[in-house]
Amino acid sequence: MQPIISVANLSKTYASGFRALKNINLDVQPGEIFALLGPNGAGKTTLIGIICGILNASEGSVTVGGRDIVRDYRATRSMIGLVPQELFTEMFETVWATVTFSRGLFGKAANLAHTEKVLRELSLWDKKDNQIRTLSGGMKRRVLIAKALAHEPQILFLDEPTAGVDVELRKDMWEVVRQLRASGVTIILTTHYIDEAEDMADRIGVINKGEIILIENKAELMRKLGQKQMTLNLQNKLDVVPKELSAYQLSLGAGGSDLIFTYDTQVDHTSIPALLADLGRAGINFRDLQTTQRSLEDIFVGLVSQKK
Amino acid sequence: MNLRGIAAIYIFEMARTGRTLMQSIVAPVLSTSLYFVVFGAAIGSRITEIEGVSYGAFIVPGLIMLTVLTQSVMNASFGIYFPRFTGTIFEILSAPISFLEIVLGYVGAAATKSIVLGLIILATSFLFVPLHIAHPVWMLVFLVLTSAAFSLLGFIIGVWADGFERLQIIPLLVITPLTFLGGTFYSTSVLSPFWQKVTLFNPLVYLISGFRWSFFEIADVHVGISLGMTIFFLVICLAVVWWIFKTGYRLKN
Repeated sequence: MQPIISVANLSKTYASGFRALKNINLDVQPGEIFALLGPNGAGKTTLIGIICGILNASEGSVTVGGRDIVRDYRATRSMIGLVPQELFTEMFETVWATVTFSRGLFGKAANLAHTEKVLRELSLWDKKDNQIRTLSGGMKRRVLIAKALAHEPQILFLDEPTAGVDVELRKDMWEVVRQLRASGVTIILTTHYIDEAEDMADRIGVINKGEIILIENKAELMRKLGQKQMTLNLQNKLDVVPKELSAYQLSLGAGGSDLIFTYDTQVDHTSIPALLADLGRAGINFRDLQTTQRSLEDIFVGLVSQKK
Repeated sequence: MNLRGIAAIYIFEMARTGRTLMQSIVAPVLSTSLYFVVFGAAIGSRITEIEGVSYGAFIVPGLIMLTVLTQSVMNASFGIYFPRFTGTIFEILSAPISFLEIVLGYVGAAATKSIVLGLIILATSFLFVPLHIAHPVWMLVFLVLTSAAFSLLGFIIGVWADGFERLQIIPLLVITPLTFLGGTFYSTSVLSPFWQKVTLFNPLVYLISGFRWSFFEIADVHVGISLGMTIFFLVICLAVVWWIFKTGYRLKN
């Protein structure tokens, strides 16, 4: 399948000399939710800025829908909606005026039914005649989403869309994102709430210091990099891990009441039965056991810290 | 061409004028009316006619130009600077709209406001002095060209400025003094030959002179030269704006 966004050898050096992006290569498939993760200053917003036409690239090329973003900027930009990280809005405009402005700016004829639908889905219909400055931070964020959706884009960039948004609003927003995805819209999101990426994304990209350090299918990533832990609640406390169990990656928790076994699901196929057998031979009994899987956040922190 | 995009920017900018009517329209009209009262009625009645035109009438074109020039620059510079300041420029830059269309939207709105303002001041002047316009079509041509050229200049200043102070510097410290020294209140023929030559380096002399010619058929420089200089200034500003968008100066870097 032809990617809907294709980034090739993209670099960006600012006038100050700061190299924000270094030879980025990235493909985004139609209809997917792609999460771009990275610490502050990693280059996420610069990458989005170039794809959307806000910034000039220093080197490399980007195609959207198979068309170059510089040569065919009208066609490519028409396909894209952008929700920026900051709350950039015209404070003295009404919600309705600013959303209809966005639609006109993208060259679309007024469509009152569509604008109403967008505002209703984002619970903004009751606020349509309010000046934006009178709205809460969360509602302003919704206005930005409404503006981005005003021209019915095929690709939606969400740059930290839930920053500073309360839990209920966040849930509503993700519901809207799910609906958009169901309607065929390709979504690229950056977020600091890694649990959200874990919950929403089909694929994950990790960017750090201007370089893409990983692009992977989320499930595959979790499977490849996902370490599991098994915690055994012991009948009798231990002071140290017995020597005869030194072959296993074990540690003590809860003051010696818990024995924690960390293992890799890709490698350690037979380690749990072996450990349990060795525990029996060592005379260590347990009351209960539980397993937990490493989260995407743990994986992300691990990848980024490896690169430091 | 993205006509809807141009219209969206144009309507947005004109709506901003509607919200700030006192500042945009009423204040300049009031301050210009005070010039008419002071220079036209109070002092002007004691000044002899200039080339057969009463002093009160003579200053009308200059005063209109003074307002049109400063308001064109201020409207256009604020129009593009404010989205840069608030960050909403991202939406303009990410839209399928060319630089020419962006300029048409912003500069078209700023120039429209200046033209409307100039015409309101012209209408107001009829309350204070008897006035006859010899060449109304040429008057409109000069008004439109000057509004467009100085709106382009304002657009350039709005892109260049990195703070509100810089935004004010050019209108207050350059445009207003050059307008006053460019024959708003006098004919440059009253100056000594040396200062008459120096005055020719002031581009606003040509604009005011040409505009005044359309009213009274009197001019400090030939009307053809005035028209040529006005168009030349317009072309220079267009070239700078084209360079801004080509390089992304202060917008995309």
